[in-house]
Amino acid sequence: MTWGLTELEWQALALSLRSSVLAVLVSLPPALVLGWLLARRRFPGHAMLNAALHLPLVLPPVVTGYLLLLLLGRNGPIGRPMEALFGIRLAFSTTAVVIACAVVSFPLMLRAIRQSAEAADRRLEKAARSLGAGEARIMATVTLPLLAPGILTGMTLAFARSVGEFGATITLAANIPGKTQTLPLALFSVTQTPGADAAAARLCVLSILLAGAALLASESIGRRLTWEPQT
Amino acid sequence: MIEIRVTKRQGAFRLDIDATLPFRGICGLIGPSGSGKSSLFSILAGHDRPDEGVIRADGRTLFDSAAGIDVPPAQRGIGLVFQDGLLFPHLSVRRNLLYGARPGAAARLESLSEALGLSGLLGRRPGRLSGGERQRVAIGRALMAEPRLLLLDEPVSALDPALREDVLGLLETLHAQTGTPMIYISHAPEEIRRLANIVVTLNNGAVADISHHPSPYLRGHTAVPSDMLKAG
Repeated sequence: MTWGLTELEWQALALSLRSSVLAVLVSLPPALVLGWLLARRRFPGHAMLNAALHLPLVLPPVVTGYLLLLLLGRNGPIGRPMEALFGIRLAFSTTAVVIACAVVSFPLMLRAIRQSAEAADRRLEKAARSLGAGEARIMATVTLPLLAPGILTGMTLAFARSVGEFGATITLAANIPGKTQTLPLALFSVTQTPGADAAAARLCVLSILLAGAALLASESIGRRLTWEPQT
Repeated sequence: MIEIRVTKRQGAFRLDIDATLPFRGICGLIGPSGSGKSSLFSILAGHDRPDEGVIRADGRTLFDSAAGIDVPPAQRGIGLVFQDGLLFPHLSVRRNLLYGARPGAAARLESLSEALGLSGLLGRRPGRLSGGERQRVAIGRALMAEPRLLLLDEPVSALDPALREDVLGLLETLHAQTGTPMIYISHAPEEIRRLANIVVTLNNGAVADISHHPSPYLRGHTAVPSDMLKAG
């Protein structure tokens, strides 16, 4: 035991942190592209795409996990060729934890980026264009910095949601200690074990600390990076 | 010369401009709300595309619907100063001023920021500036890009009278120093009377009048022969 935690609890904590960070990193590029597209472009199927992308936010996480299992399981349209061609088993693996976290937390990141892109004053891009800047420079020096508060807020919210993810993870990745058992899953296990109240309390405190830290970071980033109004 | 012959329909509103102006001095563009001033600003800047017509500035074609020419805003060489400054909020005053400048513009930055009274503000973010300071930065930012023409859209309308006076005086000084031709859009006759040596009046999307109006500042300096003015 170290710092009062058992090895399995440490493993659960490490897996939760690692899979949440990976889920955020994997989600970021599509969230940026799709958030920008939904905010700035109108195209056929816009509303449908928007609704589909936000679905994991409102679906019971177990439903999301089950649908993912149908897709990525050994007989699923993605899982079967992945195993046949590359020998990769997605379901019930550590990768499945990351996938479950990424899918469930994706709408939070997308929403923050989209709202940020909608709120950004597009005339600033016109001003940059009039100063001779090309589109790539405008994206790098004007658009992305203006979206930065939304991007960072979305990342921290998605991280916090991933750390707390339970339903989709247990359905897609199961609850295998040392392999797919994240902090909430470890907590679930000890609550099913008689006499494990101390372990449950430790995991509870850890979860609260992690979620609280992520929310505080999100608030702090949002405050620091919000550009002062010019009026 | 600046040759503007464009039409554009926007719902029930139709902009139909036919004017030839000299490529020097300060041209005041005035008219009531809804007369087409902002539409013309967007078209000259390249942000809006006319339905048809021609725009030429100093012999260079910026737009020609028949020839399929539409020079992008970044290549028009037209500096813009917006009503509310539109400074980049995440960049310091220095980086705002240098945004459109060519490499090695340090000396120019120093002299211009001194002329604009911005030397002590270069490290500040726009959110920490007063309205007048922001407009001075906006004017400086446009000039640092060394535009061939400066287009100003009601640049002092949001300022209180004292600050307005400061910025107008500054524009006179800068025009005298740089010689950059300006098109100054406003709905305030006193600003136009003060600055412009040519006044274009818009009404209902068309040029109602072009008149010689040597301003106190320009009178005797850049008088424009009347044969250079033409309203269509």
